[in-house]
Amino acid sequence: MAMTRDQIFQEVQGVLVDALGVDEDEVKPDATLMADLGAESIDFLDIVFRMEKAFGIKIPREELFPAESLISNSEYVSNGKLTHQGIEELKKRMPHTDLNDFVENPSVNKIGDLFTVDLLVNFVDSKLNS
Amino acid sequence: MRWIWIDKFIEFNSGVNAVAIKNVTMAEEHLHDNFPGFPIMPECLMIESMAQTAGILVGQARDYKEKVILAKINKAVFFNYVRPGDTLKIHAKIESITAEAASTTGKITRNDETIAEIDLMFSHIDQNLAGKQFPQENFVFTDLFGVVLRASGLPAPAPESLK
Repeated sequence: MAMTRDQIFQEVQGVLVDALGVDEDEVKPDATLMADLGAESIDFLDIVFRMEKAFGIKIPREELFPAESLISNSEYVSNGKLTHQGIEELKKRMPHTDLNDFVENPSVNKIGDLFTVDLLVNFVDSKLNS
Repeated sequence: MRWIWIDKFIEFNSGVNAVAIKNVTMAEEHLHDNFPGFPIMPECLMIESMAQTAGILVGQARDYKEKVILAKINKAVFFNYVRPGDTLKIHAKIESITAEAASTTGKITRNDETIAEIDLMFSHIDQNLAGKQFPQENFVFTDLFGVVLRASGLPAPAPESLK
């Protein structure tokens, strides 16, 4: 089923309003799921479940939110920052995300900021329209 | 000890849905205080009864191999009071289930009236928080639940596997 980006955004907005109890106008494209919208770890699974239903697609959690397994691997993290290998791996796993700003200070604590509303829209767009 | 907020399952379709019964009685001491002269079942205990019904449904779907813990209340809306003498039916349905978690929807009814709508999420904590220790009372399954299952004519795992 082909959908425009606007249609996808509206569906994603509905998912986040239901999953996180936020207002529609808080769900802006650049809003981060954790810092701006208050998502916690269980919410990420909730979002995955709701998006699967909303779009009729299968979403392996690892594919949409790959950071968890990455930061638990000691090859990829050193002194609270992603190593060169870690950054390369992140790029591979998050091909739809602009990582340029993150790479300048690849602190593990900043990874949460990569997960924005736009990222969800990009992900669905690539699944539905590629 | 663990309070059990369901008396019996009357329907159980593995991995799909379940219906449990709760008979509310004036013998429950908390009703004497909630509230004096106006006993009603606290809403939080209706959520607990749904967590137990849905939690067992989720646990059974994976053969009770996962430690199932209530992780999120997605929705809890109440439409009427529940009084001593009422028989509640707690209807739970699995919406999604994966290795890490499950989401359920459900409603509580009295006769044909919807009393509450309660949607929950459960985490399979071995998949999510491996290695962390949690106290036994946090889990949905204790051997008392085996008693409820057997009393409902349903197969229950041996007590030691519920711990």
